[in-house]
Amino acid sequence: MANALQTSFLPSTSSLRRTPILGSKGKSQALQVKAKIREIFMPALSSTMTEGKIVSWMKSEGDKLSKGDSVVVVESDKADMDVESFHEGFLAAIMVEEGGVAPVGSAIALLAETEDEIAEAKAKSQSSSSSGHKAVEEQPKQIEVAAPDVPAAAPVAAPPAVSASKYVALGSAVHPASEGGKRIVASPYAKKLAKELKVDLGTVVGTGPNGRIVAKDVEAAASVGTTDAAEGTVAASPAKPAPVAPGIELGKVVPFTTMQGAVSRNMVESLSVPTFRVGYTITTNALDALYKKIKSKGVTMTALLAKATALALAQHPVVNSSCRDGNSFTYNSSINIAVAVAIDGGLITPVLQDADKVDIYTLSRKWKELVDKARAKQLQHHEYSTGTFTLSNLGMFGVDRFDAILPPGTGAIMAVGASQPTVVACKDGRIGMENQMQVNVTADHRVIYGADLAAFLQTLAKIVEDPKDLTF
Amino acid sequence: MHSICSQATTVPISNFASGSRSPALAFSKQVNLRFCGLRKEAFGFSGLTHSCSSRVPFSSRGYSKKISASAESNGTPPKSFDYDLIIIGAGVGGHGAALHAVEKGLKTAIIEGDVVGGTCVNRGCVPSKALLAVSGKMRELQSEHHMKALGLQVSAAGYDRQGVADHANNLASKIRNNLTNSMKSLGIDILTGVGTIVGPQKVKFGKVGLPDSIVTAKDIIIATGSVPFVPKGIEVDGKTVITSDHALKLESVPDWIAIVGSGYIGLEFSDVYTALGSEVTFIEALDQLMPGFDPEIGKLAQRVLINPRKIDYHTGVFATKITPAKDGKPVTIELVDAKTKEPKDTLEVDAALIATGRSPFTNGLGLENINVVTQRGFIPVDERMRVIDANGNLIPHLYCIGDANGKMMLAHAASAQGISVVEQVTGRDHVLNHLSIPAACFTHPEISMVGLTEPQAREKAEKEGFEVSVAKTSFKANTKALAENEGEGLAKLIYRPDNGEILGVHIFGLHAADLIHEASNAIALGTRIQDIKFAVHAHPTLSEVLDELFKSAKVKAAALNHAPVSEPVAV
Repeated sequence: MANALQTSFLPSTSSLRRTPILGSKGKSQALQVKAKIREIFMPALSSTMTEGKIVSWMKSEGDKLSKGDSVVVVESDKADMDVESFHEGFLAAIMVEEGGVAPVGSAIALLAETEDEIAEAKAKSQSSSSSGHKAVEEQPKQIEVAAPDVPAAAPVAAPPAVSASKYVALGSAVHPASEGGKRIVASPYAKKLAKELKVDLGTVVGTGPNGRIVAKDVEAAASVGTTDAAEGTVAASPAKPAPVAPGIELGKVVPFTTMQGAVSRNMVESLSVPTFRVGYTITTNALDALYKKIKSKGVTMTALLAKATALALAQHPVVNSSCRDGNSFTYNSSINIAVAVAIDGGLITPVLQDADKVDIYTLSRKWKELVDKARAKQLQHHEYSTGTFTLSNLGMFGVDRFDAILPPGTGAIMAVGASQPTVVACKDGRIGMENQMQVNVTADHRVIYGADLAAFLQTLAKIVEDPKDLTF
Repeated sequence: MHSICSQATTVPISNFASGSRSPALAFSKQVNLRFCGLRKEAFGFSGLTHSCSSRVPFSSRGYSKKISASAESNGTPPKSFDYDLIIIGAGVGGHGAALHAVEKGLKTAIIEGDVVGGTCVNRGCVPSKALLAVSGKMRELQSEHHMKALGLQVSAAGYDRQGVADHANNLASKIRNNLTNSMKSLGIDILTGVGTIVGPQKVKFGKVGLPDSIVTAKDIIIATGSVPFVPKGIEVDGKTVITSDHALKLESVPDWIAIVGSGYIGLEFSDVYTALGSEVTFIEALDQLMPGFDPEIGKLAQRVLINPRKIDYHTGVFATKITPAKDGKPVTIELVDAKTKEPKDTLEVDAALIATGRSPFTNGLGLENINVVTQRGFIPVDERMRVIDANGNLIPHLYCIGDANGKMMLAHAASAQGISVVEQVTGRDHVLNHLSIPAACFTHPEISMVGLTEPQAREKAEKEGFEVSVAKTSFKANTKALAENEGEGLAKLIYRPDNGEILGVHIFGLHAADLIHEASNAIALGTRIQDIKFAVHAHPTLSEVLDELFKSAKVKAAALNHAPVSEPVAV
């Protein structure tokens, strides 16, 4: 099953932004051939190799390459091998990131002959990997970062010298070696992390000895970016100016894209399942406090909710079951939490596998990876199709409650509203204030009954209200 | 920094033979027999092609004990000398020479001005192995991914710095005692004081403030070793700017340490420091890290030992000025471009380790008394370790071994050179084949090598007009390595396809330092690939990496005709 979800999740804005995603790819590739910009291809390292995985890039964008320099390490079906450059030039753009897989013969990076051509090459690689808005000049680094309002992550690979001088004012600049901000003093690991997490060191405030930037400073800076980015996927839609969306002709009939077609089929199919709903109000003070505490370690709210849900499901296997044929049902062996994410022109449900077993930090990293892949449209089939329980969160829009449609092939979906300060009557008879969030589960009544959901929700509320188990 | 420990710990040979015997007695017997058979072949074969005398003495070592006893009673040299042999310096080289000298029936004394054991035991390979053992275990325990893959769960691993430092110190003193006892029990006189050569066959020694004594000997071996080399402009304070001497005491674990030099010493310390939580910056004068290694091995090692760790580096730069931390200011390091000599960068770190190599310790030896001029501090010697004077003449009865001659600055090379000298003074000509001496770097995983690197082999081949081939095997295919979940690694064989000669072997991977000896022994004994490929390796063991390596070499058919057929062995 593909990218099915409830209709409420397709806000009108996203259907308005039905820009031609699919067309852009072929077009841009044709462009790359001319000029002195060469493509670096995934080599065939053995006769049986059909695709290769990028283990690591040994050069960064902007680096000068000599003939024979090792550029990238590729894992084939047999071994890891260094791939050397056959030409001189500058590594202009990396098109397949570390960990990514590319078929033999496909372009994995662009090589510019002169430094001046780097920008041109970048623009090209960008137009081939992201959908074609015209932001090229203003936001040259938009390749991975879809949400434009992520300050820390945006100027990623810009040469440090330039960005340093630009951002000095933000850093503490008290390190004696920084010569009043002319140089950035960061520890080796901080530098490595910054590259990995795409954080511009110029914007990071150092808290190490003498104001040195250390790893935790970079992590803190990155987690701000990450959480924004992770939840920003959804948030991005309203952030974009809806009024005069470009490229939309009112009154025109637009055919479904592939993704929209799949969603449509699934939504109709969902009508054949008898569903019902149970709602619950959960106090989130403790969860909010925990989130604040471990946010700096890259933990996102989405991961926390997924983890809590998974732990509750572990105690109520029937809620994690699925009925496909109407005659029998399956207790699923693993708890895979699918989380709905809005992306350009539709939505997709990346899956956090074994969310009950994976620790929260790994889960958060995994989530970030999935979101990045989803944005780059690189999710593998198993990464969005193996969910056993779905989570849909519209809380960040201020939605306080909603109702989700059950994706076919699964047993239940939970709609999560915003956590809001609420005046409550406390047990001691006084009036107090607590953060409360409403959740609403839609389930297949052929296998899951009211009492099952009620018990599940009670467990979930207990976990969220006393979240100490989430960090194990 | 090398594993000469093996030399030291196996010293009480007699204990070993009578006491601890491996439980698999039947097995070992069988293996021994077969090995003898193979060795015979090797000899027969090498006799045909090479007349290198270096192989024989090695094999005879095992049973020379009795011979020496009889030699002592008959053939003692003239009475006019106090000793047959005096060795200046009781490091690993001196120790190896002294033990062999006793075996050969020589009356031997060893002069030591500091502590027995020299650099290796006290400030080098031995304590560093203790630290590396700790770092290896820390790495394993900290690697969540690795543990998980094995199904293990370990809560946060931590360490106590003083405990680690004590372990290194205790190991050094234990080995030092072993060394001292092994010499005392054999009747070697240990003379305390700084030794100075006062004339031919004459040495004076004494402590500061005490009258000197003069002793004479028929032959003298200089084995004074080396000290850390500190380039000018670098101020060593022993606390924040340190050499390996200080680092091995592990008095602190800085948050950020710069290591100047990315050779063995620098690499091993980077392994230790990063495992204990430091971040490391390498400063290397050459354009590439790990310049001494085979380029391919270096590349892979960089990918495994440097890139994923908390290490960054500056290459092609000199550290021209290093100022220790004081008054709340960090250590400052000024970097200058190695080619243009332009200032390039300034680093501010918590500590700096100077690992730029070692310089010979030959001052105060009285070389002027015998007309010897050192070259950059090294004592010039010929291939038989005989000292050469300022006029280019050999000085009779004077030899120099180990770091002081600079031929190959490794503890076990010094020891081998010492044994070679003793062979010569006892009447058997001997030239040590330095290409058969293995070297190892004890990172995790380890790096080891013997013989030529690929570029060296290709250069030699070009000059001498033969063909060179390279074979490689990966640890990824080795059962034992995979069982340990340590499949990262490569073994590389450089050889002559026309006759099957092994030119060099380089290993990067789990226990590489222990694996190299099959190759180094083959080179020392002149064993060819077409013969060694039939040797059997226990399954599953890491040694099969080499087995597969030899089997994957393609030796031309012409050479194979020479291969002798193994003699059947009765069991």
